Amino acid sequence: MIWRYILKRILWMIPFMFGVSVVSFLLIQAPPGDFLTTYIAKLGESNELLDQATIDNLRARFGLDQPLYVQYFKWVGNVLQGDFGMSFEWRQPVNELVWERMALTLLVSMATLLFTWAIAFPIGVYSAVHKYSIGDYIATTIGFIGLATPNFLLALVLMYIGVVYFGSDVGGLFSPEYQNAPWSWGKVVDLMNHLWLPMVVLGTSATASLIRIMRANLLDELHKPYVDTARAKGLSEFWLIMKYPVRVALNPFISTIGWVLPNLVSGAVITAIVLSLPLAGPLMLQALLSQDMYLAGAFVLLLSLLTVIGMLISDILLVLLDPRVRYD
Amino acid sequence: MTDERASGPPGAAGVAPQAAIGHSERDVAIASQWQLTRWAFRRHKLAVVSLWVIGALYLLSIFAEVVSPFDPTQQNRRAVYHPPQMIHFIDRTEEGIRLRPYVYEMDRQRDQRTLAVTYVPSGEKTYLAFFGRGDAYKLWGLFPAERHLLVPVNPRDGFYLFGADRLGRDMFSRVIYGTRISMSIGLVGVAISLVLGVVLGGVSGFYGGRVDVLIQRLIEFVLSLPTIPIWLALAAALPPDWPIYQQYFVITLIVSLVGWTELGRVVRGRFLAMKNEDFVIAARLDGASEWRIIWRHMLPSLSSHIIASLTLAIPLMILAETGLSFLGLGLTPPAISWGVLLKEAQNIVSISQAPWLFVPGGFVVLAVLAFNFLGDGLRDAADPYGH
Repeated sequence: MIWRYILKRILWMIPFMFGVSVVSFLLIQAPPGDFLTTYIAKLGESNELLDQATIDNLRARFGLDQPLYVQYFKWVGNVLQGDFGMSFEWRQPVNELVWERMALTLLVSMATLLFTWAIAFPIGVYSAVHKYSIGDYIATTIGFIGLATPNFLLALVLMYIGVVYFGSDVGGLFSPEYQNAPWSWGKVVDLMNHLWLPMVVLGTSATASLIRIMRANLLDELHKPYVDTARAKGLSEFWLIMKYPVRVALNPFISTIGWVLPNLVSGAVITAIVLSLPLAGPLMLQALLSQDMYLAGAFVLLLSLLTVIGMLISDILLVLLDPRVRYD
Repeated sequence: MTDERASGPPGAAGVAPQAAIGHSERDVAIASQWQLTRWAFRRHKLAVVSLWVIGALYLLSIFAEVVSPFDPTQQNRRAVYHPPQMIHFIDRTEEGIRLRPYVYEMDRQRDQRTLAVTYVPSGEKTYLAFFGRGDAYKLWGLFPAERHLLVPVNPRDGFYLFGADRLGRDMFSRVIYGTRISMSIGLVGVAISLVLGVVLGGVSGFYGGRVDVLIQRLIEFVLSLPTIPIWLALAAALPPDWPIYQQYFVITLIVSLVGWTELGRVVRGRFLAMKNEDFVIAARLDGASEWRIIWRHMLPSLSSHIIASLTLAIPLMILAETGLSFLGLGLTPPAISWGVLLKEAQNIVSISQAPWLFVPGGFVVLAVLAFNFLGDGLRDAADPYGH
């Protein structure tokens, strides 16, 4: 039964991914002109002129002269074989450019997700159990402000504090000496030292909403008869809350992976641009602006894939954890 | 807020809707649904305060030309990064104490060694006047006028409530004009989302079956897309040389593409629940057309839910516009919005020199908070019979 559900859910991914690839392709095709027009304009500025034959030649080589759907199927066919094409701007295969950045994006998003849970869970439980206490009010207020502050504004404020009060530039993911170094133990430690800032910046709004969700769910459960029963039987207050109502209230927590991950991936793009992190964001923005379509397309596609997979994982986890969720 | 009249016998408390606490049983019995909703809303104090804040922000944006002391595009080389000035009201002079607004004038000085520009108080006072004469403008592009809310008596003097930016433009005037654009993008975007959400959600919930599955999948699909990369890609497709109003319209459209999904879900859920209610069946048995059932019977009873969802969608759009403009892909100068203003704060050198460039960020946070509180209050009040 459950395997059938999971299989069905995975099969649903196929039309989803088809949709995502079409949207990505249309988006990168949307700007008027193509990379070559931008390129020719750039060359024109430095008084280099290309004759029409060369232009047609280039256009044919990149497949830009074919109808849209042919270009699409060519692109998707290559992507399915793991080939994202060539970046016009970098003159490198897209594969070489995207994977490290995507891996770092995934790492930062996952680290933030764990951080969010680790913070939101205890605070949410505390605010629900101690409803209307000072701690609850503080948590609620911070939560609301966290919800209302855009990621990039928080990043800017933290950068300002870093520069003005601590005299250090807090941007980036690596110290200069590790920037282009191959991976080593030292580089991993260095990464960990830099990771906290993006984690805080990215995690704040998700933490705020998770605290609210946890608090509301737990409040609904705390006054149910089974809690009274457990209390009457003499269970200690801590274990009583952790064992029964918290477990019930945890459900929506799990389903948040589905929507927190898209938010984190989105947020990571803009935060990475502000903090100049070597994630997908800055390179994607640059690729979009210079109409480097295969590079931009790879990023849009992979980032969307990441969130769709997050959705899938959360749905499956939900069924595994709660037998009451129906399999249809 | 509590009514002077007694709130009925204790036994009746359980019967009366929660919203009506503080009102007599008779009042409650004859109160219309809107009345109950209003009572429930007034109990939510933060929401009431937020309503005032939002009202004030919209007033500011309607009368932006009057409220702002200067033309927001007016550059001044002598006021680059001029710090903010406090307005004082009690004026102690030799003739005694007088009540009139003034600020302390700042002198521009250049450090001989570092060449850094600093501003020091010169001791002189710049007097201000309410509704004094200043730059000429056209209110709403129609009525020529030159009176401003608060301007220096001598038009050649400077007055910088929120400081000045890197070109010496008055931040206060810029923030006020930015409020107009940013707050209205929320409204226009929500109007577009409303149409999309109600039509698609309504069709989905009313007809059910295949259409429902299809629209639900569409909503899931839109929700699973990471918004910012998609927005970036969409916004990058816009030609940068478009006129402001065209940019404005398209950015609003892009931003509202995501807002409708939540509304669509709410409308669908309500339609599904309501489809078999007695009053709908009665209308159907009376031979009312489907169009009439939807518009005359079903939509009015979920209007309060729709208003609540719309209110919660506005801050998302404000944040989206701010983010896009901040990255330089939304509105671009000479258009002024909070995001465009915050783009100036992107550079660490300029914010460490002029922290008041963060002021538009404060407005964003204020507006988003107020809309969230208001939306929460409205959502609780939308169903006065609940709980």
